[in-house]
Amino acid sequence: MAQTMTDTFIARSPAIAARVMGGEMMIMSAVDSTFFSLNEVATVIFQAADGQTPLAEIIEKRVCKEFEVEPEEARRDAEHFVTELSKHGILLVSDKPIPAHNFPNTPNLGKQ
Amino acid sequence: MSLLVEMNDRAMKLGVPLSVHIDVTYRCNERCQHCYLDHDDLGEMSTAEIKDILDQLAEAGVFFLVFSGGEVFMRRDFLELVEYARKLMFNVKVKTNGVMIHEYEARRMRELGVEQVQISVYSHRPEVHDAITKLPGSLKRTLDSIKFLKAQGLKVTVSNVLMTYNRDDHRATQALAKELGVSYTLDPTVTPKMDGDTSVLALRVDADNLDELFADPELVGNPEEFCAKPGPVDEDTMEGYSCSAGHTACYITPYADVFPCVQFPLATGNLRKQKFMDIWKHSPQLAEVRSIKVKDLTVCSSCSHAGTCTRCPGLAYMEGSMRGPSSSDCEKSFHRTGIPSANMLRKAAAASSGPLIQIAPMMA
Repeated sequence: MAQTMTDTFIARSPAIAARVMGGEMMIMSAVDSTFFSLNEVATVIFQAADGQTPLAEIIEKRVCKEFEVEPEEARRDAEHFVTELSKHGILLVSDKPIPAHNFPNTPNLGKQ
Repeated sequence: MSLLVEMNDRAMKLGVPLSVHIDVTYRCNERCQHCYLDHDDLGEMSTAEIKDILDQLAEAGVFFLVFSGGEVFMRRDFLELVEYARKLMFNVKVKTNGVMIHEYEARRMRELGVEQVQISVYSHRPEVHDAITKLPGSLKRTLDSIKFLKAQGLKVTVSNVLMTYNRDDHRATQALAKELGVSYTLDPTVTPKMDGDTSVLALRVDADNLDELFADPELVGNPEEFCAKPGPVDEDTMEGYSCSAGHTACYITPYADVFPCVQFPLATGNLRKQKFMDIWKHSPQLAEVRSIKVKDLTVCSSCSHAGTCTRCPGLAYMEGSMRGPSSSDCEKSFHRTGIPSANMLRKAAAASSGPLIQIAPMMA
């Protein structure tokens, strides 16, 4: 893994269940059955994790712009988030784009 | 508070159907003695109809999805339905007898990220299991399926129903599950058929069997805690609800009918005529189910078990009233704690005081 993760690609694992409820993303890992609740910023990163968009671009174009945070702070928090979720098999991380067949396509995650 | 409990509380508050059980078929390759279903195909949903419903359920916020039947693999499109559900990111659990699961089916379910597979096993002895399922060779095929699923690393639970036929076998069946490296659940509840036929209730085990189960640490955890006498019933309990049926959970039949639960055959709408959210939000029947708090229960609100009973509103409904008691749960509460329920006391009093209407001759 590179020194920073901003040149990496992230994708939602096919082994998870996820749904938006009350404005928060709820995720369950099928690997270890752990549950996570994501806040708004984490949800944006999770939904943008299409395997094709570099993490750096997600941080710059989605997180910094939509939430008006400093790039350094956003990068640090995003990397921590990605590391945590990848440990539980929820996000796949690679230094190359991740083929689309490895993860769910445009999931309908609900509006509740 | 665990995130799962928090999720349930939030779903309750927001009126989100967190869990849906969908029977994709009532057809089955077994004919279990205790089964509550009619196995004829009376016009089950097509692949496209089920996919459309899955889209609606995802939109409605459903997280946990149980595929069951009948036997799910009687549908040739079953794995296609699982794939579709997983693309919608449901947490998927499959209930099956396992008879049609071989290496391919097990591998596909692992690839698709199925969370858990629950397999019915009624005995460790073929002569008992096969006599219950009425399918010769079924135990062997079911046990083979568990091995295929385990080899793929899938989580498997052996599910047993205790009845008169297998009451002496449950410990050995539990040991078999342990040997296979899978979890085990045992349910002593035999329910009436969905058409109201109660003849299957003759298969229910007697009191001695319940006493034995409730003292088994492997089944109930700490028996002392499990069998503790109920404490005083507080206001929160009286303002609460019996279970999640109709509140955060519901059941869909192969014919697109929506019920509050698989054990609660109260028709609330049909997905061939209405959208899921129309039924979930506007069904008068669901509104009635949701309106019933413990304090509104006709007999149970005065029962000392009100805060700890496993009262099933569906069984109560089949017994006569969704606000009434469920006698089989009264029996369980009694055998768990030694304290008779209000319903049992009421019945005993009625029996000892003679007929409701009495006529005595007048003296001349």
